[in-house]
Amino acid sequence: MKPPAQASALHFFREHFGLDEQRLTATLDSVLERRIDYADLFFEHTTQDSVVLEEGIVKSGDRHLEQGVGVRAQNGERQGYAHSDDVTVESLRVAASTARTIAREAGGGGALAVAANARGARDLYPVAEAPTDVPVQRKVALLEEIDRYARRLDPRVKQVMASCIAQHRQLLIAGSDGTLVGDVRPLVRLNVQVIAESGDGARREASYQGMGGRHAFDLLLEPERWRPLVEEAVRIAALNLEAEPCPAGAMTVVLGPGWPGILLHEAIGHGLEGDFNRKKTSAFSDRLGERVAAEGVTVVDDGTLPGRRGSLNVDDEGTETQRNVLIENGVLRGYLHDRLNAKLMNTAPTGNGRRESYAHIPMPRMTNTFMLAGDDDPQDILRSVERGIYAVSFSGGQVDITSGKFVFSASEAYRIENGRLGAPLKGATLIGNGPDVLTRVSRIGNDLALDRGVGTCGKDGQSVAVGVGLPTIRVDELTVGGTQG
Amino acid sequence: MRRAPLEIVEHALACARKAGAGAADALLIQGDTLEARVRGEEIDFVKQARERVLGLRALMPGDAGARSALTSTSDLTDAAVARMAEETVTLARATAEDPAAGLPEEPFASDWQGLDLGLSAAEDRSVSAEARIEDARRAEAAARQADPRIVNSEGSQVSSDFAQVVYGNSAGFLGAYETASHAIFSEPIARQDGSMQRDYWMSVAHRLAALEDPASVGRRAAARALRRLGASPVPTCEVPVIFDPITAASLLRHLVACVSGYAVYRQSSFLAGKLGERVASACVSVIDDGRLPGGLGSRPFDGEGLPTRRNIVIERGRLATYLLDSYAARKVGGRSTGNAVRSAGSPPSVGATNLWLEPGERSLEEIVADTPRGLLVTELIGMGFNPVTGDYSRGAAGLWIEAGALTRPVEEITIAGNLGDMLADIDAIGSDLLWLSRVAAPSLRVARMTVAGAA
Repeated sequence: MKPPAQASALHFFREHFGLDEQRLTATLDSVLERRIDYADLFFEHTTQDSVVLEEGIVKSGDRHLEQGVGVRAQNGERQGYAHSDDVTVESLRVAASTARTIAREAGGGGALAVAANARGARDLYPVAEAPTDVPVQRKVALLEEIDRYARRLDPRVKQVMASCIAQHRQLLIAGSDGTLVGDVRPLVRLNVQVIAESGDGARREASYQGMGGRHAFDLLLEPERWRPLVEEAVRIAALNLEAEPCPAGAMTVVLGPGWPGILLHEAIGHGLEGDFNRKKTSAFSDRLGERVAAEGVTVVDDGTLPGRRGSLNVDDEGTETQRNVLIENGVLRGYLHDRLNAKLMNTAPTGNGRRESYAHIPMPRMTNTFMLAGDDDPQDILRSVERGIYAVSFSGGQVDITSGKFVFSASEAYRIENGRLGAPLKGATLIGNGPDVLTRVSRIGNDLALDRGVGTCGKDGQSVAVGVGLPTIRVDELTVGGTQG
Repeated sequence: MRRAPLEIVEHALACARKAGAGAADALLIQGDTLEARVRGEEIDFVKQARERVLGLRALMPGDAGARSALTSTSDLTDAAVARMAEETVTLARATAEDPAAGLPEEPFASDWQGLDLGLSAAEDRSVSAEARIEDARRAEAAARQADPRIVNSEGSQVSSDFAQVVYGNSAGFLGAYETASHAIFSEPIARQDGSMQRDYWMSVAHRLAALEDPASVGRRAAARALRRLGASPVPTCEVPVIFDPITAASLLRHLVACVSGYAVYRQSSFLAGKLGERVASACVSVIDDGRLPGGLGSRPFDGEGLPTRRNIVIERGRLATYLLDSYAARKVGGRSTGNAVRSAGSPPSVGATNLWLEPGERSLEEIVADTPRGLLVTELIGMGFNPVTGDYSRGAAGLWIEAGALTRPVEEITIAGNLGDMLADIDAIGSDLLWLSRVAAPSLRVARMTVAGAA
């Protein structure tokens, strides 16, 4: 039986860097020499490895060690932050003195003595073996097998690029309110990209698929998991060889289950992050309690799902993650908060304070964001559409949270005519307005699915791992950006 | 004890040799950064750091080529570096022999010590955090005071980065240079009739003295946000589309991805196999020059120690070269073009140095005046570009043109086409080349694209 993540992380940082309760409290005390509302320390030790296959061989492997500390001081809306890759007493002293310069006045109170408490005692992602400890030979063998399998599936497959990434991240967070929390976060991912060429060599199309999460690396090695992924990549690349140019204009769009939940992430989720709403720069600012979606639409952000890519035992400020209802039966119920924005908006943190690494200031971010299932049969939803498009998978999206406009690009889409699926379409881009897109959801399927564990969200230059999910839904009138007018 | 940067690289190479590597290279980047944001009257955040990271690549020659692996670490103690060298060699042994892997055969840069590319200014090292925060305050104040409809902002941000880059390899090259980057960025929000619009303006340079005046940055950002107020979609149509210098540069970034030797040998570029062919309108010439004085992407040697140089990528519409490092050169044939880029944590790959579309004679205003009906695109969002096929479809915002005049702001539309067709259909290029990053463009007009909007 391995010790829980919490105890294991505290032990690691004490052993390797001499970070005991006394030293942590003393460093926080030194930040509080000036008038500071709150100070925290974020220590990180991350190893990551990856191997990449292309042209049938694993040409290279890489391995990275990233360690350091971020020291933060908060005073009102102001934050001072200093970080260093050198985790020594001297570096901590310099960082503490840099961070506290945002406070004008001298003299605050001292920090409360830090002590480990029950927070972070649960473990949503226990693994027997760190993903980075799995021998590289097994990873190489997996990729070689994937290459052979993909080429066997369809002679039109011309290139296979596959990679797997394993990460083992150990964290320690100490705050001037006495917070002392540790976490150990595994993260694994398998990527498969296939390029297929038509028999006459005239057309070439790529398809990308991936899967992963916060779980043991061994799950990726199971053929019953990776084979369907490879089959999917080959199927979509081959399908897109036959794809027709996409029509342009406003039309009914049916979104498939799972990864199309990226619509919620872009159109709704970012606009509900606490920093934008505290600053009133979001199209959703001051709209709590208002109807922002059709009846029946309930959207949650849930950081507590075991093993998911977007899940966390505690966020990067040491707050336990939770299930937050953002939209309940069409009505806006809540925002996503870190400590600073929760305090300034007189509410409680929601466990969404996240940062890319010790070199970054936390911000309110999503975890796993999805819409709850409805009652409709997905086939009935498709049959209900006279003319429109069915979008099953997406390659990415973006939002302007101030105007509310969002866009995302379909990588697998079909024409719908008289309730039946027609030809595959290429290059379909959907664009809409966040605050009203969900008001046009007219059918919700009973088939909620979460994505396979590939989402990465970028905000203000920081990337974090996220999850999304959706049941099949019908949206009446979205603008589709194709080439056929 | 902290070793000096050159010593760390030499130590890493020695450790790699000792661990059994046939060849190796190492990159150390040491940086000091300052970042601050002012929002309204208040400092939002101030962030400072000093960081060092080392990347080590080991190559193990065999009968059918070399095996290779790369490691990086921010733990630079002697013991950690020695351990890392052993891990690198172990990892390399697990990979396959690749006939194209290896250090470059081309001659390494020999003139890097004498070059002054204007990558930093000694006096900027002593600039205080307070002085940079004051710049942010001036930009923020100018933006907020520009118009009563500027009611809010995401803030005005400044940054100053100083980096020392040291690269060495087992073939005897050891080089170093210093580079600095300073930026100022302002992002105000305008409101009218209950709806909000944001936009930004920025300036980036190696020397503080070359940055645009902060107040001017704030005012231009405000003007860009204000002109978007009241935007709405237009009906779906086919019209000429003018890209301003910011959005035009995004087309060149797509082009860079497609002329990279890696995309070419992987057959994941629609420009694979098109060398020497006509790929763009005759008015299009694209240059990449790693030694442009003061250029944001300038450097005395590339990520493999080869001299940077000037390459003509597209010459009057004809694809003249791909961008190559030594690996891509072995794969597609030819020699490295000095375009190896790498970070401590990644092996060499291909990137642009300073890459731009040669400007034309006319101002943006003249091009607009010459457009009876069309769209001026000022912002693009989303990831709708497929390098394999060239298919292009992105969310856009901008200004509508009727009878040669800008008439009203538009948003919630997409523009779509194929990059190959778009390059061929460029029929006007502005004189307003603008450097906000290492890839730059003047305004340009594509004769015809599909604009999708309201029903």
